[in-house]
Amino acid sequence: MNVHDKHKPLTWWEKTYLPQILAGLWLTAGHFFRNMSSHILRAFRINTKWAGSVTIQYPEFLRPFFPRLRTMHRLTRREDGTPRCVACMMCETVCPAKCIYIIATEKPDSPLIEKVPATFDIDLGLCIFCGYCVEACPEDAIRMDTGILEISNYTRNGMMLNMETMLALEPKHERYVKYDKNGKVVSEDTVMLRSGTD
Amino acid sequence: MPKTKQPFVGKEKKFLEEGVYGDNFLVTSLDRILSWARLSSLWPMTFGLACCAIEMMATAASRYDLDRFGAGVMRPSPRQTDLMIVAGTVTIKMAERIKRLYDQMPEPKYVLSMGSCATSGGPYWQHGYHVLKGVDLIIPVDVYVTGCPPRPEALIDGVLKIQEKIKKESLIKRKMQERANV
Repeated sequence: MNVHDKHKPLTWWEKTYLPQILAGLWLTAGHFFRNMSSHILRAFRINTKWAGSVTIQYPEFLRPFFPRLRTMHRLTRREDGTPRCVACMMCETVCPAKCIYIIATEKPDSPLIEKVPATFDIDLGLCIFCGYCVEACPEDAIRMDTGILEISNYTRNGMMLNMETMLALEPKHERYVKYDKNGKVVSEDTVMLRSGTD
Repeated sequence: MPKTKQPFVGKEKKFLEEGVYGDNFLVTSLDRILSWARLSSLWPMTFGLACCAIEMMATAASRYDLDRFGAGVMRPSPRQTDLMIVAGTVTIKMAERIKRLYDQMPEPKYVLSMGSCATSGGPYWQHGYHVLKGVDLIIPVDVYVTGCPPRPEALIDGVLKIQEKIKKESLIKRKMQERANV
């Protein structure tokens, strides 16, 4: 291809720039109608071979999380229901934002476990969700696998988590389903989120 | 001689205290229409300062679309916006500019503080001599969204909270209050 071919003088029709505008609009309109028909057909359970837009309609549909996503914290319990935390302050020391506040008390009638936390507050307004507290904890007492991302409030101090809230939270189980190209289910498993570890 | 506006103290006081016009269905319907119009077309001025700006871009992109909630028109100029999303670490040098831009926004205006740095200084709250510990030290914030950075779902949730706040507001009451205070 000759390099001078690109600089041919424009015809009078091309000089109005209308052909280029129409070509661009043709491309956009093609995408629009393709996506629209794909969504409408999907509402009638007909899956087309081209994908529609990739938007996840957020409040109604959620994106499946990957196992190591770090979300809101929770405290774990032992088999007899008491919290695993022994108030060793490792998480408080390692936290880069210093957002964990623990006050320890004695645990009565217990030869092996000496301390329990009386208060365990995390200021989520300061937290940077790094996962260091999960890695530092020697008792596997704190985890970040609740899957709760929506932490927003009208006041700055309204995002303090305390111990009762954190003990009551449950881990999130994510269901991964594999489909083959005909739409049939190949494999399906339910996996608990693994928080910030490894 | 220019005609000065006399404060209508009697009427506004009556409205605010006794709620004389409060049961009128015209006023409440008008309120609802105005609030609906305002919350469905929040134009954000995105103040992307640091890493949270990337998540804000991701929220405005196609996978988590902010345009579905009406907040897709991101204006660079404060004069044309009604929501300011402070996304990122606020340094003291930038704080003067933020205050100036906030003053340039027309009423009614709202502020969303995105990320831990804008909420409370984040990890720099202890030793950051250059960081303003929370943007609400200079401007009034309506909703705080925390995270580092907050995921697009969390930011959309924050915008939905602002929409709920706008739903409860009454423009007519606000106007009457302004007139009563003069």
